[in-house]
Amino acid sequence: MRLTLHVWRQSGPNATGKLETYPMDGIEADMSFLEMFDLLNEKLTLEGKEPVAFAHDCREGICGSCNMMISGQAHGPWKGATTCQLHMRAFKDGDEIWVEPWRAKAFPMIKDLVVDRSAFDRIIQAGGYISVNTGGARDANEILIGKEVVDESMDAATCIGCGACVAACPNASASLFTGAKITHLGLLPQGQPERDRRALAMVEQMDIEGFGHCTLTGECQEACPKEISIDVIKRMNRDYAVAAARYVEPKETAGAG
Amino acid sequence: MHMSYLARFWDSTIGKKIVMAITGIVGVLFVLGHMSGNLLMFKGAEAMHEYALLLRTSMPLLWAARLGLIAAVALHALAAFQLTQRSNAARPQKYAKSAPQVTTFAAKTIRYGGVLLLAFIVFHILHMTLGQVAAPGFVHLDPYNNVRQGLANPLVAGFYLLAMGALGMHLYHGTWAVFRTLGVARPSPTPLKRRLAVVLAAVVVLGFAAIPLGALVGAFPEAPSPVMAEGH
Repeated sequence: MRLTLHVWRQSGPNATGKLETYPMDGIEADMSFLEMFDLLNEKLTLEGKEPVAFAHDCREGICGSCNMMISGQAHGPWKGATTCQLHMRAFKDGDEIWVEPWRAKAFPMIKDLVVDRSAFDRIIQAGGYISVNTGGARDANEILIGKEVVDESMDAATCIGCGACVAACPNASASLFTGAKITHLGLLPQGQPERDRRALAMVEQMDIEGFGHCTLTGECQEACPKEISIDVIKRMNRDYAVAAARYVEPKETAGAG
Repeated sequence: MHMSYLARFWDSTIGKKIVMAITGIVGVLFVLGHMSGNLLMFKGAEAMHEYALLLRTSMPLLWAARLGLIAAVALHALAAFQLTQRSNAARPQKYAKSAPQVTTFAAKTIRYGGVLLLAFIVFHILHMTLGQVAAPGFVHLDPYNNVRQGLANPLVAGFYLLAMGALGMHLYHGTWAVFRTLGVARPSPTPLKRRLAVVLAAVVVLGFAAIPLGALVGAFPEAPSPVMAEGH
């Protein structure tokens, strides 16, 4: 298979970037998209050129690092797949493919196709946790949870934090990501103590990072490699509204303890 | 403490969206009432005159409703403007190639439609409430003849129809999105389906468009002014 690649090249955060065109030959349908990039980098290295920087780790769709905007679609044309799970049989001989990094102010450029997604980590740090007392290990089935609740929570927990939702959103909003975390923890009994604080803190951090707002276009749900539903955004909105209405900042008390 | 709490809510993207949702609901309810009242045009000048008097049963109440509606529109537009600015700032560099998959024409154009509707509201008040612009022979409390004459100009009627198209698009996206913004929609395997919004948008557009279309095809014959008949 012959292909023409247009790949975003940018040597550093402040450098001027541009799309470079690379004609590719000998691409096999069974190759993954990243294997095709390995081939490109092999070729560039042999030609004495700088290989394309792209992030990748597990290459099996669970780490969320292989992020590429492929011809305008986050992770390419396959539904429910990351870039590493995308195979070249999705394309046909003679295709032109545009490959760009995630574009968002909150995801600053590092190099070529690699952006910094630490903003997601800071949203998690703001409230994406539960508090558990230390001590003896507790019985796993001590708290009974309905299967439907577990299923819904697990659907949200499949989020791998890749950022495709932000990349695909016309407002570069992180609502699907933040909504998934708030839903995943807020549905479970263990997530109740911090539920209000979590919704307020995570939403506030999401805004501080400079992500846009949600206009419910549905693009995030379509791009998400884990097919997380925009229902999680609805849940985040409700949790935020309820928390904003009833949450009172704890009073400072003299002498901690 | 209360101010900072409100300021925090207004400062958040979700807080602004919730304000837009609530003011949007106010707008939808108003639009449904306004459209139903408009259809009295097909009953005649007397019915429209009585309708105008009915709305003026209590002037303080009428003014409370007017100010409430103006506040709702202002908050809705201000939140939309500020959110759009944040959205633009959130993606300083655009994609060379973009391929949206499921977004609708309504969602993509809702900001432009909103600006058009804002211009329309100002024009419409000057035109039909105050009779200051493009309103030949305007007589206070004779809405039938004011509408008949005011919409006889095809350019004006065309602008009304264009605005109703934008309103339909606004409702098609907004009345579906509002339940999600407020977090009250039921979980759905197909959350992008929107049957209720389609019906609501169609009813409102057709109900409103009937008036300028009626005026253009001459469905509203000249009638003696009920205001003159009462000797005001």
